[in-house]
Amino acid sequence: MKSIVLAVAAAAGLAVTGAQAQDYPTRPITMIVPFAAGGPTDVVARIVTDHMSRTLGQQIVIENVAGAGGTTGITRGAQSQPDGYTIMMGHMGTHGAAPALYPNLKYDPAKDFAPIGLAAGTPILIVAKKDFPANDLKGFLEYMKTNSDKVNMAHAGVGSVSHSTGIFFNSVIKAKPTMVAYRGTGPALNDLMANTVDYMTDQIVNVAPQIQGGNIKAFAIATPERSPVLPDVPTTKEAGLEGYEVSAWNAAFAPKGTPPEIVKKLNDALVKALDDENTKKRLLELGGVIPSPAERTPEALQKLVESEVARWTPVLKAAGAAAE
Amino acid sequence: MGDFVSNLSLGFSVALSLQNIGLAFLGCLVGTLIGVLPGVGPIATIAMLLPITFGLDPVGALIMLAGIYYGAQYGGSTTAILVNIPGEATSVVTALDGHQMARQGRAGVALGIAAIGSFFAGTVATLVIAALGAPLTSLALIFGPTEYFSLMVMGLVFAVVLARGSILKAIAMILVGVLLSTVGLDLETGEERMTFGLPFLSDGIDFAVLAMGIFGIAEIMRNLDHTEHRDVVRQAIGRLLPNREDFRQSYLPVLRGTVIGAILGILPGNGAVLGPFASYTLEKKIAKDPRRFGRGAIEGVAGPESANNAGAQTSFIPLLTLGIPPNAVMALMVGAMTIHGIIPGPQVMTKNPSLFWGMIASMWIGNLMLLVINLPMVGMWVRLLKVPYRMLFPAILMFCCIGIYSINSLPTDVMFIALFGLVGYTLIKFGFEPAPMLLGFVLGKLMEENLRRALILSRGSLSTFIDHPVSAALLAVAAILLVIALLPSIRKGRDEVFTE
Repeated sequence: MKSIVLAVAAAAGLAVTGAQAQDYPTRPITMIVPFAAGGPTDVVARIVTDHMSRTLGQQIVIENVAGAGGTTGITRGAQSQPDGYTIMMGHMGTHGAAPALYPNLKYDPAKDFAPIGLAAGTPILIVAKKDFPANDLKGFLEYMKTNSDKVNMAHAGVGSVSHSTGIFFNSVIKAKPTMVAYRGTGPALNDLMANTVDYMTDQIVNVAPQIQGGNIKAFAIATPERSPVLPDVPTTKEAGLEGYEVSAWNAAFAPKGTPPEIVKKLNDALVKALDDENTKKRLLELGGVIPSPAERTPEALQKLVESEVARWTPVLKAAGAAAE
Repeated sequence: MGDFVSNLSLGFSVALSLQNIGLAFLGCLVGTLIGVLPGVGPIATIAMLLPITFGLDPVGALIMLAGIYYGAQYGGSTTAILVNIPGEATSVVTALDGHQMARQGRAGVALGIAAIGSFFAGTVATLVIAALGAPLTSLALIFGPTEYFSLMVMGLVFAVVLARGSILKAIAMILVGVLLSTVGLDLETGEERMTFGLPFLSDGIDFAVLAMGIFGIAEIMRNLDHTEHRDVVRQAIGRLLPNREDFRQSYLPVLRGTVIGAILGILPGNGAVLGPFASYTLEKKIAKDPRRFGRGAIEGVAGPESANNAGAQTSFIPLLTLGIPPNAVMALMVGAMTIHGIIPGPQVMTKNPSLFWGMIASMWIGNLMLLVINLPMVGMWVRLLKVPYRMLFPAILMFCCIGIYSINSLPTDVMFIALFGLVGYTLIKFGFEPAPMLLGFVLGKLMEENLRRALILSRGSLSTFIDHPVSAALLAVAAILLVIALLPSIRKGRDEVFTE
């Protein structure tokens, strides 16, 4: 008897879902941003959803659920109803580095989501204090060969973008500096400007103003092309470093089981937002990279997640950087 | 000097446009109203109201957000005084004497002096930012991990002096606070400490949760077990505005609080939290009769409230001149600026002078608005106390739950305030003061992180704290304070200070 009731309920549920998918969305959509309001991911989410809301005809409400390197919010999002009314903004950390950092992670980045699409890439820069005894990446690498033990590298805490990308950078250049942890990028930058620590890697939106203001030095940008925000900063390849191209990408996800028609509607709205001149301009001002049309599909995002997990896991495990 | 005047006049020409005055007013009003909800401090308020500024131009949006910030800050003091619930670390000390004043029927005076002191401090701090913002920036850079650790040591010595009653109990409470602050992910290694494997503990205990439980919920329970106190408040609402005698007692504390708060506000890593504590300690130390403190001394409200507001203003300096946020509220302002297409940094001053100076001018206008909004409202807030407690407390409880849930959207936070409420009630019953514990909690985290950072940078050498001159000086002040407090010859006088 019980199973019949369940079967009927399930069938009714499916029918409702089908009808819902056609009219979707009929009420406001919640987007979980797994970081505090005002951070780089939050800013990207707000800029993109501003335009998406207009396309969908329903407001996308941002809910900031911060904690544990973004995994708290993503866990909640992964476990929510797959009806298209709860979506989330993941990033390089939550859908790339997290499996290596959090052994008790309650979700699988590659299996528990219905990817919607890539929203923006945020280039990573290698920056150093003003008084650093080198003026370009070549000089820096030269200096690191002999003085690696004297050098201090700052990062914004285990699980942060600057931490993961910094460990990766050190493994590429085979340096073993002393790592100094800060609670967030702000305090880390403060000490970098005060010449207390020597270098760090971080997202362009955080460091660009200080580079433009001459408070810190930029050695290279870890993207295939230079950024229009900092046209004088060479790419890592131009500066002679192979194998270090990273981006702190942000992408929209829905929980696994979200009807494909709904995912398509959301993806269409996202793509439309990325084609909008004003949205584009605002993302570019932040130093963001707009994904090419081929990179915007759910399939491309699924591939990206898989390749990122494969890339970060060995690097971070080797550095022993697990948050157990 | 000519620059100063022309810059300020540029600022005022921007801030005094009809639209921007309206936005400043709206921001302050909304901020005050939401900030009055227990537990909803400036961070939660700005985060909640951020989206409504999206349609505005950047200057207007920032003026409004700054207004929300001051408004919420002031609203937090209102709850601290009326219902003994500090929404922010900075209003913990306001609750000490402010709430006692309310119990004695002087709630109006406490709210009034808080508003007036805040306005004065805000005015001075605005001038400081306009005149000295750029040069003062270097102060933020002098303070590295070493200096910051020493400053926190000094802060803990303040905490000992702050205590009422048994000094042993106070030290015990401070240590409990420090211990509580170590819960959560270890910053350097990412290991979880004392979380019992519970995911919601992995980021540590939220200050608002602890403060609301220990102060707010515990206070409600205490009021319910002996109702006569509330009757006193209901019968004697008394004057609403401070009189001449109140002003005579308050003007020096306001001046001193302004100076202390303004200096500490500039420091990175939330130095502003020390301002009210430092001001309170100073007032208590130099008072003729320190026994009045904790029992409704007006100086204990005037000084810390001024320090609080001065610090709130000057903490904009690192943000405006460097683009580096010194605390969580300012980090949120950075986000707000970025969303509006302005990337904060050293270039804002030269690239967007009308935004930079417009914001500074609007700070003063915002403070004026607060005075205009709040003085008439003092009567209204005080009248709230006339509501029978059996009707008031369910509302307070409900707003506490809503407020705490709105910060992190975590149901566990709501359960936590209940737990901490029980703990707080038990502590009060056994004669332990909750305030030193909160200070220990706030300082503990900063202290530990900076100690480890400093030692990592010095490769483990303890002499780093003496080699840095600023750090050495701060430690010396802390040592002297401690010696004065503990020296046997003045021990007797000290015991008098701390007897109930």
